[in-house]
Amino acid sequence: MTFLGMPTAPAGVGQLRGDRDFPSAAKDAVQDEQLRRNLGNATATIRAKRARTVQEVPDWEELRQAGAAIKDEVLAHLDTYLQQLEAQVVAAGGTVHWARDANEANAVVTRLVQATGSTEVVKVKSMATQEIGLNEALADAGIAAYETDLAELIVQLDHDKPSHILVPAIHKNRTEIRDVFRREMKGVPADLTDDPAELAEAARNFLRQKFLTARVAVSGINFAVAETGTLCVVESEGNGRMCLTLPETLISVMGIEKVLPTWQDLEVFLQLLPRSSTGERMNPYTSFWTGVTPGDGPQDFHLVLFDNGRTATLADPQGRAALRCIRCSACLNVCPVYERTGGHAYGSVYPGPIGAVLSPQLTGVKENPSLPFASTLCGACLDVCPVAIDIPSMLVHLREQVVQQDPHRLEAAAMTAVAYAMSSQRRWTWALRALRIGRPFARLKRLPGKAGGWTASRDLPTPPQQSFRDWWAER
Amino acid sequence: MRVALFVTCLVDGMFPEVGQATVTLLERLGITVEVPLSQTCCGQMHVNTGYAELAKPLVRSYAKSFQGYDYVVTPSGSCAGAVRHQHPALVPGQQVPPTYELSEFLIDVLGVEDVGASYPHRVTYHPTCHSLRLLRVGDRPLRLLRNVRGIDLVDLPDAHSCCGFGGTFAVKNPDVSAAMLADKVRHVRSTGAEVCSAGDASCLMQIGGGLSRTGTGVRTVHLAEILASTA
Ligand code: SF4
Repeated sequence: MTFLGMPTAPAGVGQLRGDRDFPSAAKDAVQDEQLRRNLGNATATIRAKRARTVQEVPDWEELRQAGAAIKDEVLAHLDTYLQQLEAQVVAAGGTVHWARDANEANAVVTRLVQATGSTEVVKVKSMATQEIGLNEALADAGIAAYETDLAELIVQLDHDKPSHILVPAIHKNRTEIRDVFRREMKGVPADLTDDPAELAEAARNFLRQKFLTARVAVSGINFAVAETGTLCVVESEGNGRMCLTLPETLISVMGIEKVLPTWQDLEVFLQLLPRSSTGERMNPYTSFWTGVTPGDGPQDFHLVLFDNGRTATLADPQGRAALRCIRCSACLNVCPVYERTGGHAYGSVYPGPIGAVLSPQLTGVKENPSLPFASTLCGACLDVCPVAIDIPSMLVHLREQVVQQDPHRLEAAAMTAVAYAMSSQRRWTWALRALRIGRPFARLKRLPGKAGGWTASRDLPTPPQQSFRDWWAER
Repeated sequence: MRVALFVTCLVDGMFPEVGQATVTLLERLGITVEVPLSQTCCGQMHVNTGYAELAKPLVRSYAKSFQGYDYVVTPSGSCAGAVRHQHPALVPGQQVPPTYELSEFLIDVLGVEDVGASYPHRVTYHPTCHSLRLLRVGDRPLRLLRNVRGIDLVDLPDAHSCCGFGGTFAVKNPDVSAAMLADKVRHVRSTGAEVCSAGDASCLMQIGGGLSRTGTGVRTVHLAEILASTA
């Protein structure tokens, strides 16, 4: 599907679509008691931490508005900033590649790795490469990609999928992680316990080997500064820093919306991101690099810029603000739906509220028609979003597109009938009187069809003898 | 001052006692309430399900029904939110009097926090998402409740978390909705309250359905009913 004729993210590559719709995937997820406990604990902790550190900043609201304004400026002049970025990266000794979609981006990276003769790469945690399915594409070409972010490594070792933007293994507890390590990690002691320090040590030993031998690293980026061509990765563990500095070749992959005009703009985001994301005042590691520095760090640097549905998203005035997203995951942590289902139910690397508006736009709503409905519109996401994306209004807008592009006849007929009854005082008065017919059914514990969803876990209210308007008229 | 009641479609058809209590309360405070019977629905269900076009006639008829009044008051945070936040975008440029949710009207327009009610029961209050995050009513409902004689008001744990109703969400995503409801019911029970109150009949329908199904014996009572009570 295209919006105004712009190509969307192609099917069959990457992770933007699930193989089931949201309600059916969510049904299984909410029945998993262990999953719900893991998620409930993890999101409650991070929610509280975020609330504390955000509340310390007196001008938080102004910062958010500044963040939104900078991103909107970038989106309005994306072509200019991207060309500036390219020119600066090239001037600093890097090479820039452009990819229309996931397939092209994967092909570029595969070719670049093959050119080095290496069959292994180490990876910095990155949403962009998950979105395009880079690891799978590299594997098809016989190249092994090793995730070096601890949570991402856990997911990779377990042949699982990430379920959270920041903490991809949020759905697993310590015991489950220990089991994955014992089963999948070579050289790990058989009596490994679930003590966090022991788990971290095991991962460190495993990863150190990779860092010392890898000749190629692949990263995403958090920000790209157009004025100097500088790229930035923000992280907690320092493993990203290892990847960004040790190997000879560095390939960074980014969606085209990630560019920022100036260093001064970065100041805003380096305040917004850590507090929103991990609830820290400042993240432990912030790495910057500009092209190639002779004798220091990777001597061969490539930047791969990809679209994969972003221009199509940009074309929709009511949907484009989703491209402001800095992937902090604050909206996931406060979302009452995400808290119950976890990330896998969304079928995309982008779960939660932002996923419900971004994935359908990148793929076209026709290929993700259930996601815009995966929300109660409670508004918690908008309150915490550091770039003030009005996700609830965007969800409503996308629902309208779903109804137009993927109509559900029975629902449309019901909606039309109700609107018809509501559009005349006389019809409405009679419709409300007719509700009385439902009185004997109110005790039913199981209604047929769609209404059965209600009675599965709730009782029905009993319709009254008399509507309010009839009472008022008699009064 | 001409005040009209927007009773909302759900209260009109399913929970008339909430509308009656709102009338009783406002009249006790010396307000002459009028109910233009041409009113039907704010159109929120249609808009939020993706049928904005079908909602437009409802939005126009809302403006027509309430033309000429100084204030519209409604016992629903969600419907007040729809009128204030959705209507202007759907049908721009309509002349509509300001629409207030009940607690806003009492505190911001009438300037009363003690409405002279008495309600000798243990009550916990669910603040509802749209009152909190669309209207920003803050602690207005609690300020009103704290002034009720005889009430034993107890804090609801995780109060700000959604009850899982979400209009057609409850039908389209019944399992997630039920999981959210189960947590809300558990929190309500943990307070030992006899009554769970809220400023929205829709959320109360969801919470009440869960409380009744699980045999808790806890009743749901709308804010307007407590404030109207002089028992
Ligand atoms: S939408 Fe906002 S809150 Fe959610 S991940 Fe993106 S920036 Fe963070």
